[in-house]
Amino acid sequence: MHERLRGTVNSSEQSPVIEPGYTFASVTDQISAIVLRRGTPLGWIVGFTVSFTVVMVLLFAIAYLFTVGVGIWGINIPVAWGFAIINFVWWIGIGHAGTLISAILLLLNQKWRTSINRFAEAMTLFAVACAAMFPLLHLGRPWYFYWLFPYPNTMGIQPQFRSPLVWDVFAVSTYFTVSLLFWFVGLIPDLATLRDRAPRRAGQIIYGILAMGWRGSARHWQRYEVAYLLLAGLATPLVVSVHTVVSFDFAISILPGWHTTIFPPYFVAGAIYSGFAMVLVLAIPLRKFYGLEGFITMRHIVNMAKVMLATGLIVAYGYMMEVFMAWYSGDTFEWAMTKNRMFGPYGPWYWALIVCNILTPQMLWIKKIRERVAAVFVISIVVLTGMWLERYVIVITSLHRDFLPSSWGMYSATVWDWATFIGTIGLFLALLFLFIRFLPMISIAEVRALLTETEGKES
Amino acid sequence: MSINHNRLDLASLRARLGSSRGKEYWRSLEELADTQEFQEFLHREFPKQICEWNDPVGRRRFLKLMGASLALAGLNACSRAPAEAIFPYVRQPEELALGKPLFFATAMELSGVGAGVLVESHEGRPTKIEGNPDHPASLGATDLFAQASVLTLYDPDRAPAVTNIGDIRSWSAFLGAIRSLLQAQRALKGAGVRILTGAVTSPTLGSQLAELLKQMPSARWIQYEPASGDGARAGALLAFGTPVNTIYHFDKADVVLSLDSDFLTCGPASLHYTRDFIARRRLEEGKTEMNRLYVVESTPSNTGSKADHRLPLRPREIGSLARALARHLGVPALSAAEGSVAPEKWIAAVARDLQQHRGSSIVIAGDYQTPEVHALAHAMNHALSNVGKTVTYTDPVEAEPADPVESLRRLVKDMEAGQVDLLVIIGANPVYSAPADLNFAASMSKVGLRVHLSLYYDETSELCHWHIPQAHFLESWSDVRAYDGTISIVQPLIAPLYHGKTAHELLAAFTDQPERTSYEIVRDYWKTQKAGGWGAGQTAVAGTQSKPDSPEFDKFWRKALHDGFVPNTASPQRSVSLRTDWTSESVKRSSGPLPSGELEIVFRPDPTVYDGRFANNGWLQELPKPLTKLTWDNAALVSPATAQRLGLSHEIAWRGGEHGQVLADVVELQFQGRKVLAPVWIAPGHADDCITVHLGYGRKRAGRVGTGAGFSANTIRTSDSLWFGSGLSVTKTGGRYPLACAQYHHNIEGRNLLPSNTLNGYKKDPKFAQQEFPDPLKTPSLYPGFQYKDYAWGMAIDLNSCVGCNACVIACQSENNIPIVGKEQVMRGREMHWLRIDQYHKGEIDNPEVYYQPVLCQHCEHAPCEIVCPVQATTHSAEGLNTMVYNRCVGTRYCSNNCPYKVRRFNFLQFADWETASLKLLTNPEVSVRSRGVMEKCTYCVQRISHAKINAERENRPVRDGEVLTACQAVCPAQAIVFGNINDPDSRVAKLKKEPRNYGLLAELNTRPRTTYLAAVRNPNPELEKT
Amino acid sequence: MKRPSTYGLMAEFEDPEKLVAAAHQARDAGYRRMDAYTPFPVEGLSSALGFRHTRVPMIVLIGGIVGCIGGFFMQYYIAVIDYPLNIGGRPLNSWPAFVVVTFEMTILAAALSAVLGMLALNGLPMPHHPVFNVPRFALASKDRFFLVIESTDPKFDLQGTRDFLKSLGCREVMDVES
Repeated sequence: MHERLRGTVNSSEQSPVIEPGYTFASVTDQISAIVLRRGTPLGWIVGFTVSFTVVMVLLFAIAYLFTVGVGIWGINIPVAWGFAIINFVWWIGIGHAGTLISAILLLLNQKWRTSINRFAEAMTLFAVACAAMFPLLHLGRPWYFYWLFPYPNTMGIQPQFRSPLVWDVFAVSTYFTVSLLFWFVGLIPDLATLRDRAPRRAGQIIYGILAMGWRGSARHWQRYEVAYLLLAGLATPLVVSVHTVVSFDFAISILPGWHTTIFPPYFVAGAIYSGFAMVLVLAIPLRKFYGLEGFITMRHIVNMAKVMLATGLIVAYGYMMEVFMAWYSGDTFEWAMTKNRMFGPYGPWYWALIVCNILTPQMLWIKKIRERVAAVFVISIVVLTGMWLERYVIVITSLHRDFLPSSWGMYSATVWDWATFIGTIGLFLALLFLFIRFLPMISIAEVRALLTETEGKES
Repeated sequence: MSINHNRLDLASLRARLGSSRGKEYWRSLEELADTQEFQEFLHREFPKQICEWNDPVGRRRFLKLMGASLALAGLNACSRAPAEAIFPYVRQPEELALGKPLFFATAMELSGVGAGVLVESHEGRPTKIEGNPDHPASLGATDLFAQASVLTLYDPDRAPAVTNIGDIRSWSAFLGAIRSLLQAQRALKGAGVRILTGAVTSPTLGSQLAELLKQMPSARWIQYEPASGDGARAGALLAFGTPVNTIYHFDKADVVLSLDSDFLTCGPASLHYTRDFIARRRLEEGKTEMNRLYVVESTPSNTGSKADHRLPLRPREIGSLARALARHLGVPALSAAEGSVAPEKWIAAVARDLQQHRGSSIVIAGDYQTPEVHALAHAMNHALSNVGKTVTYTDPVEAEPADPVESLRRLVKDMEAGQVDLLVIIGANPVYSAPADLNFAASMSKVGLRVHLSLYYDETSELCHWHIPQAHFLESWSDVRAYDGTISIVQPLIAPLYHGKTAHELLAAFTDQPERTSYEIVRDYWKTQKAGGWGAGQTAVAGTQSKPDSPEFDKFWRKALHDGFVPNTASPQRSVSLRTDWTSESVKRSSGPLPSGELEIVFRPDPTVYDGRFANNGWLQELPKPLTKLTWDNAALVSPATAQRLGLSHEIAWRGGEHGQVLADVVELQFQGRKVLAPVWIAPGHADDCITVHLGYGRKRAGRVGTGAGFSANTIRTSDSLWFGSGLSVTKTGGRYPLACAQYHHNIEGRNLLPSNTLNGYKKDPKFAQQEFPDPLKTPSLYPGFQYKDYAWGMAIDLNSCVGCNACVIACQSENNIPIVGKEQVMRGREMHWLRIDQYHKGEIDNPEVYYQPVLCQHCEHAPCEIVCPVQATTHSAEGLNTMVYNRCVGTRYCSNNCPYKVRRFNFLQFADWETASLKLLTNPEVSVRSRGVMEKCTYCVQRISHAKINAERENRPVRDGEVLTACQAVCPAQAIVFGNINDPDSRVAKLKKEPRNYGLLAELNTRPRTTYLAAVRNPNPELEKT
Repeated sequence: MKRPSTYGLMAEFEDPEKLVAAAHQARDAGYRRMDAYTPFPVEGLSSALGFRHTRVPMIVLIGGIVGCIGGFFMQYYIAVIDYPLNIGGRPLNSWPAFVVVTFEMTILAAALSAVLGMLALNGLPMPHHPVFNVPRFALASKDRFFLVIESTDPKFDLQGTRDFLKSLGCREVMDVES
């Protein structure tokens, strides 16, 4: 059947959000087959084994961290924040695409979101999970992390709600919860489908429990759709707020290079930027490996590339404004920081990020490149790197030379910093592998609905 | 790219500075930030990785070793009450209440001369040293060595037992071992007996030695002090024909010329001198008069950094400058020696200035200068008729003034000749510290029986048959003289932790009174003194049979112990007349100027570990040395120009950077055929064509802290050039060595952090320091703000007074249980000092003006750290203290990031030592010991505030001004730090904050700092003002 | 053994339009207690079956308001009443700083009430339901569309209703055992 589907795409602009020739049955069969098919593809086993090994590295790094202390990292005074915060912001940023795609594009009634929103959401959840680890790990006394939550306690003392870190706790945990709900609600009908298709008893029971007895009643569908729409409506301001709050971690402080009003908008833009990059990085190999070109068409890839280009430009604007204001404000410290950021010891980092985040994506203006999957894939990876560098530059260069020249210093990551960072990437991939193995990576119900709306309903 | 590619390009640097208009704060040596080479270095993405420097004092290892080895020390450290009655503890005075510390007066001896201290004792544990306000050499202040001495007391590495060739023996076994030998020697009048001590001013010890020499006339007593120069003694001998002790009265001096003298931080009188000198620089209550200081020196020193005019010269050239100046001042009968290398203009101006202040000026020569320079200084003071006014003379304070090197030479000769059967070394460590050319160790092996009394089992102990653990001065009965002769009786605060013996007890053993305790010895000596006036200590002889205590003696004894000194024992002034023929001698001593380019080497005791005796003291090792800011190492200091000429350099390492690690070129110093490898440190203001190396490092057996740190300058130091000498050759090895530097960047980057001005500028515009915010506490704000009703604590620091002596840093460390972290962690920028002394340079690179700025928590009313703490671990108290709640801290470190002053310190690892038993005794019970993962910082010594408030409430009155002294304030010899209640308009601090020079650091950030600074003012000679 | 009573009758259709049409006719025929089962939401089906608006939005609104007020009060109580502390000289009630958490709490409460409300109203989770007794009903989650007229409907009559359903052009009609 795949052969039939794989029609060469001449122009992405006309190419549909779903390839012709699908029926409700074929959609259902093909997608659920990925999960229910007997035997696991070799590629999956290899990929999962590798990423799981990296998870072990992460666990080891964390164990050592807890026994010895954060001193194993490169942090010092003045640079008291390092990889932990950089990675936190980076992952959170990546975690923005999913909910954005599902929620905002849903509200904007963008049909093409359908076949990518499911694993984009999953990706979001896993990215946020990785992100959420870091604020906990970077604590000097991580075993007291719960002190950041308000709860009745004998100390009679509570969190300090003027601190952006507390805002973070609330924003991130809310974001994670809502994304999880959103994702799960979306899953319910498909779980029902799997329940009804599962060849083995175990599958039937597990999917059955998860489906909660969903039977597709018209009455249920009605409430379901309302609730889903409202969730989308709630998630939209939330997704914007999360990275705004994260940017407050910096913007609220008085540090030159952090204390900037432009941060919230361009952090959000940056988040979406890296988020879409990550979706592309995942979608492109997935559609190839599982032959999903029919569902994830060139249309999707091109659209996401365009979103990347747009957000990339916003980010570029952010950089320019930052520099301009530093100069225009006439603030000694701001301007010194900016010069140091560009030409100081960490200059190479800065220029690397400019190349990755601003120059490279400009290639997406060219239609030919937009439509070349490989090119888009590479550019997305470059963007992801660039966004990581951006956070590195923001965190390190602002801290390492601030107000008093007497306490200037430098920062360099240790092997433990890297182990933790790479470890989370492993965790992210491992979770993703489990997801595509055991859950439908494309929303079957929504694709069915899509079929009725587009050409595809031949019976 | 090769290393040479990222070097300081001093030429271009100099050129740029030259071209720049007027004085600008210049980038310190990595100013090269602007040079091509440095750019390259910076833009290399991954600089050469530094080979992992395995740290001899790695914290981990430090802890591991200690945990095990200390069980023993721990046991006998459970402060046993001393056997003898010290006052007032054993008599259970009514004021003794548990938890309430008691203070006892005693005195600390350094290089023989003492300074009075008060020791804080918690339930019998001495924990903190304070100055003794009534003692002339202290005036309430202390130096950093006194502050750090408590750590040495509890040092787990101290020798724990009497040993014979490494095996533990008993004291009586030792007595048995020497008995027969002594009998033999008595027959020979002790011809084979040699006693080697440090300088001795203790009347009791002096009399004991006299007694010993009476019993054994042919025995010899050698005094050797590796760190104190002989110039003063020999100079006086040269000028007056008799050794005298010179005392300067800076409180009467308007113009001071220092010939290589670091009188503000070195020497037994430095505390007193600093107090007097700074008093004449205070610009308060509209005062606009200041003294003026000229300093000629080779090695940048604290005194030099306070100079209004500083002239870097090679040590030898200082001699010729002195001669030239003396000629100007009309010192008679001066041979028309060679012309001075110093600019005539300079000499003329200084001479004129001195002439204009006849009788109110001082010419002071440095301890390490030649006798001739000292003689010239004496002559100049006579010519300026300062004698009797600003300069007075007394008898020497030493029991027996002697030429240290000469006597040491004779000892070595005797030993070589095999004439020494018994060598008793008391306190000293000659094997390490003796000049290399004497081959002390080798010749010592020819001695029949070698006995060593010292705190540590050190290099000398290794080569001795017997090692006797010495009692720390806080464990000892003794007495000691201050720089002016005032005698203090040293009383123990705690029984010897390691069964240590005092010098008195050891000597008693050699005068056939082995059973006598130092308590009896000292007490009996003073009983014999009662008849003759208190002054004539050294002549009288200690009675051997104990007299019954007379009530008036008891009264005297109690008072002496209580006050910390024996009244009216200061040596009386004596008048001396200048010899007429001294100059002729001096000519032959004097030598022509060196051909420029020939390198001279300068030896100096280390600013923190002194001559090496404090090498195992972690506080002193980790204390950033003034001017270089180096820790845990010594280096070969060299001037920028010379460094450029020799192609020497250093660069900041990627890890730690400016605030941590610096990679320095390693050079081989060759001097008189001996070699040593040393890392290079470029010291702005250092004299060209000479290199300074500090003593006290490269110890082979110092203990787990000090062993192996740095290099030993003693290995190239010879007896004929103890303090400087020419003919040094330097070769670059190409190697690099990582140095732990607490502050590498001394350029203020044109930021308004440290406004300074000249006296005239100050007169014109007294408010020059105050920018748009005259009162840092009244900056515009949207918030209503909090009212601080009764007390509002604040601090004012007078940068004009601070001499950067570092005593406050150690005092803070001692008071607040601040841990040391080891070189490796310092190189990562993780040292824990709550109070640091920032240092900025201004002016040209070869001879910059140096400004100190002690920075501690500013206790901002709008504290940026507090609003970002997620768990309310740092909040504001009702009295405006920025308090840190360790128990609540989870360690996000956000507060540190948001602190513009970067005064917060974080326990990245378990820095505080929880294992070592003896070190537990050291901790101040009123300050909690912090754990891993917790942020900490200055608390304004809140524990002391509480004390004062409790006392005040008990007497139901408000806390008086000056009742709360923070640890840093209490020790400051310059009284630069003032703390108090700013709500009380009459408080000293409130008055200072009204001074026009008062300004808030970074006040424009609207942090509203409670700590403010008074801008520094210099008083340059208009004639020498650069145009 | 006694024959089990009937839950209702189930008609299977092959595409949504037929189902919607059938629903209209059934409603016109006077049937009220009926429900349709589809693999995806079918437009116009609920109106055809005569379902009125749901109460989900109201629940979400209430949840949101509760979260908002609760969120702000929590902070106000902690900062002003429970343990007032001088933090960096800021007022105890620094309401601008409290906005963020208030907002997050609003969203959280609203989102939770949306999902839980939806599930509650739908009576989910429900482990078993009579329609599952029909073997072919498994296709309801694939590509088949079912209309069920329940036996509790006043107009329900086993034979008559079956004939009526047959007349709607369904693939077949099945009994749903309860």
